[in-house]
Amino acid sequence: MHELSIVSSIVDSVTETLAAYPGAKVKEVRLRVGVLASVIEDSLQFCYGIATEETPLEGSALVVKVLPVVAHCSGCAQDVEIESLMSFRCPRCKEPVSDLRQGRELEIESIEIDEVTETVYDDAHCGAAAGNPEEER
Amino acid sequence: MTTRIVELRRGILKKNDELAAGLRGRFETAGVLVLNLVSSPGTGKTAFLQRTLKELVTQGARAAALVGDLETDNDARRLAESGAPVRQINTHGICHLEAEMVGKHLDGWDLGKLDYLFIENVGNLVCPSSYDLGEKIRVALLSVTEGEDKPLKYPTMFNSADAAVITKIDIAEPCGFDRDTALRNINEIRPGIRIFETSSKTGAGMTEWLSFLAEERDRLSH
Repeated sequence: MHELSIVSSIVDSVTETLAAYPGAKVKEVRLRVGVLASVIEDSLQFCYGIATEETPLEGSALVVKVLPVVAHCSGCAQDVEIESLMSFRCPRCKEPVSDLRQGRELEIESIEIDEVTETVYDDAHCGAAAGNPEEER
Repeated sequence: MTTRIVELRRGILKKNDELAAGLRGRFETAGVLVLNLVSSPGTGKTAFLQRTLKELVTQGARAAALVGDLETDNDARRLAESGAPVRQINTHGICHLEAEMVGKHLDGWDLGKLDYLFIENVGNLVCPSSYDLGEKIRVALLSVTEGEDKPLKYPTMFNSADAAVITKIDIAEPCGFDRDTALRNINEIRPGIRIFETSSKTGAGMTEWLSFLAEERDRLSH
């Protein structure tokens, strides 16, 4: 159950990134998680709600993209996907494989934010805007 | 408001990975072989390490250990009986060791004067697999009382290991331990891994294990 510390790291990382986007609201945080990363998505989601409370990430969605194990099979001279974690063998030639190319990822791929658009106010425009409801009446 | 996607492509455990890389550099410079011992609670990590330290100290090798537990310094006291310097890391509820905890507990130790440093992780076969401690060799331990299918149940840990140790082989028979199945299962998860069959009580398998340590230590200096 180290998902809470993982989620806390996510909150720290995203908060750090947000410094460049003042006032932005986080809508979504997208992760890439390999099946060998020892992380359970349900636990991540559960902890995410708690760990993001009263942070700029509050209310955002956590989207987890799960990556299968990919290993290089020297016999077949190609990268192959390992279907079962109970047997690290090439699905084609059935030889054992130990040269892993994917499956341990634990990273934040991207975040989706709503950015505050800078509005330039000038007196004339404000005056006109304020005057509009009057005119409509 | 405008919606924007900000690409991060950033490791979630980046901070730990960076600290671990720093430690690995320090260990390499100092020429100390560092091993991270992981297993379930009750596998016999401490007894195995106690025996290993005792044998190394007798040989005149310079070995030290850090031992992680949620609470108590019982294991550190047990290990210190070997005569090797030992420090306890209490994680206070955290289920794994992190590179930062290891770094903090090295203060005052001259790594250049050590041949071996053992880090006994918190007993847990899941969480410690995600945390690099800067070790050269990760050792996954499994006792004959745990069942031959343990590697299949915890593939993330066994696949990340560099060596496997089967403990308590002196009671393999009464436990009905199926050796062939256990060895086959370890190899299914981590093909070609070195496996040591040991008993901390009788000393069985310790010669092979100690030779392996000496070979790995020699490889550091070349």
